[in-house]
Amino acid sequence: MDKFRDSAHLIRLAAVFMLGAMVFVALRTVVIPKSFGRYGFYRGDALQEITSRPVAYAGHDTCEGCHPDVLAVKSKGVHAHVNCESCHGPQARHADDPGSVKPSRPDVAKLCVRCHSENIAKPSGFPQVDPKEHAQSQACNACHQPHSPGFDGEGQK
Amino acid sequence: MTLNRRQILLLLPAAAVAWEFVLAGTPEESPNYKSSEHWWGMLLDITKCIGCGSCVRACTMENDVPAGYFRTWVERYHVSDWHIENPIVDSPNGGADGFLQSNLTGGKNFFVPKLCNHCSDSPCTQVCPVGATFHTDDGVVLIDYNYCLGCRYCIQACPYGCRFFHPERHTAEKCTLCYHRITKGLTTACCESCPTGARQLADLKNPKDPIHEFLKTHTVQVLKPHLATGAKMFYNGLDGSVR
Amino acid sequence: MEGFMYPNEVELQWSVLIVLYPFLTGLVAGAFILASLERVFRVQAVRPTYRLALLTALAFLLVAPLPLQLHLGHPERSLEMYLTPHRASAMAMFGFVYLWYLMAVLLVEIWLDYRRDIVLMAQGSTGIRRQLYRLLTLGSYNISPGALHIDDRVGWVITLVGIPSAFLLHGYVGFIFGSVKANPWWSTPLMPVVFLFSAMVSGIALVLLVYMATSAIRGKPIDMRCLDTTARYLFYTFVIDFTMEMLDLIHRIYEADESFRSLDFMVHSRLFFSQIVLQIFVGTVTPLALLAATQLLKFAEQVRKWIYATAATLTIIGIFAMRWNVVIGGQLFSKSFLGYTTYKVGFVAREGLLSAIALMILPFAILLVLIKILPPWGEARATTMQADGID
Repeated sequence: MDKFRDSAHLIRLAAVFMLGAMVFVALRTVVIPKSFGRYGFYRGDALQEITSRPVAYAGHDTCEGCHPDVLAVKSKGVHAHVNCESCHGPQARHADDPGSVKPSRPDVAKLCVRCHSENIAKPSGFPQVDPKEHAQSQACNACHQPHSPGFDGEGQK
Repeated sequence: MTLNRRQILLLLPAAAVAWEFVLAGTPEESPNYKSSEHWWGMLLDITKCIGCGSCVRACTMENDVPAGYFRTWVERYHVSDWHIENPIVDSPNGGADGFLQSNLTGGKNFFVPKLCNHCSDSPCTQVCPVGATFHTDDGVVLIDYNYCLGCRYCIQACPYGCRFFHPERHTAEKCTLCYHRITKGLTTACCESCPTGARQLADLKNPKDPIHEFLKTHTVQVLKPHLATGAKMFYNGLDGSVR
Repeated sequence: MEGFMYPNEVELQWSVLIVLYPFLTGLVAGAFILASLERVFRVQAVRPTYRLALLTALAFLLVAPLPLQLHLGHPERSLEMYLTPHRASAMAMFGFVYLWYLMAVLLVEIWLDYRRDIVLMAQGSTGIRRQLYRLLTLGSYNISPGALHIDDRVGWVITLVGIPSAFLLHGYVGFIFGSVKANPWWSTPLMPVVFLFSAMVSGIALVLLVYMATSAIRGKPIDMRCLDTTARYLFYTFVIDFTMEMLDLIHRIYEADESFRSLDFMVHSRLFFSQIVLQIFVGTVTPLALLAATQLLKFAEQVRKWIYATAATLTIIGIFAMRWNVVIGGQLFSKSFLGYTTYKVGFVAREGLLSAIALMILPFAILLVLIKILPPWGEARATTMQADGID
């Protein structure tokens, strides 16, 4: 009995710890987000939050759906595999509301040069020129049709 | 406007896909997507990359990437002679504005686009203390912005330098493989805007995926294979000098 | 920036506050190991520092989470580490090691050792102090020899459990760095070992200095047998720590893997002052030489005091430099091994020098408060020591 009386304070200490543990367990059930662990060790709702982000690039299939004429020209030339938004920038908002959202014309001076100015690191087969020498301060689209910029033996393709 | 047969053949698949979009409703919903049917990767073809930076700009516009930080970037390598241990590398503004002609001559020169490798054994998800970064069932590593503490352990643990600390959100941030796009049948913004096809999304669970076929028949590598991260961004024509 | 770095690497992620954190937890582990020397290994000579070491450990342990909170992007979410801890993450598991060590080891051990004094002070004081002591008694006023004997036995077990807990406390911090395979400066199995032994060294040095300082402030004579023994244990621990660090260094130089050239250059340029000068010469070789001298030669008491105080101060500076070299050094080089960046530490910024300095002073302020509430000396203490048969 003495031993029990002499260790009573330890039992009080243990009780304090138990109380803390119980508060912690209770806190967990209240505070942990409900969707946590639904698919894995993460908050399941996060997936929906991430996928519901609106897209900025419509994708070339969407562009081609409304602009088959451009597609017809482009698919015959060397820019056949260059997607529309690669030059025209993100156009999902335009695709959603073509009437009121109009895309702006790309700045030819910057745009063409970025791909076609010569650089030692570009693959050697890739068409590249010294912009100043080649263009002689003319705009690129003075001679090249951007959707089908190549030339065959008889002139523009 | 009269269409010849070749034009119709080209138009039909486009029309079919466009029609599917019409049927699927508004672009923001993806009710038909089953993550267990996909396993995402990407092919990066060094032989085709021209360092134009379209991918970097497209990613920035698609995902509101803050200036000075990069979810994807392009590096330019100069390897003189046989010294593949000492390449000279640069990446001005991540390659977002393309690259000026360099004054280095001779040797091997090429561009290497980089992004999150969406590793299947990623060290970043291993170290996250709270489960704020995770793998999806379709092999994409994502960050839960509403749960991340901003401890930055994942940024330290990534061997590829693809993570950064978002200056406004104060959470970790990185490439999401445009998860909000690929779950709707679109490709990633970087692949969409790449003019040469140097970047192409791959569904490694789809036997009919042309990239899947490419990976089976060409010599490809991943970055830092000795770290066994299970990286899924495959490089065609990767030189030994690439870090 | 020099050379080439991946674009996202140029900015450092972990600041001086993350240097401070292992420094503070290291002092805790070290102070506790010193305390346990007396309790478990019955090194009677260091008894005068026993309670002081425990209170020092507590003061620093309470401050340790603060640099982390200041660093987090979302400190309000820090509870998530306890609610949804990712078991694969060393950082998450460390949260529980910290909690275990604070609650089940340190606080319980202090409570058990001080219980008699707490009860006496609860009965002998008035006003707010009385309320505080009454709270600390947890409602039990039993200080019979039987109860005190049970306290002693249980305290012994807690200390015994506390030793591996202290090892775990700081070994884990080493593991947080050592397990990052992406970073070759950090990634080594020796990291937890090096961190632990350097922690012990810094903790023992700190308690030595605190003991000398408090004795001087109180105008009480220093127990030279205690001081000599503490310095001796500091020396032994330092030799082991130095050996481990040298082993890591030699191994790196010998194997010279792909990261070696880049790291070597970094140490000789960016980290020259903090690593070669501060950590190695000022912080390790000099104190080791001083302490070795006291072991080999006979010096007068006053000379020994000066040597110990100097050695301990240089040690603490050196261990802080070591934490700096690990944390900051690990972020100064590119993982492409082709470039380097610089660390621009602000002054009056959330993660700036001012915060770091304030957080280094705060534990001493807390220690002062603890000493006032739970005096390591004084009549109550003398009575306790008498009861235990110590003069």
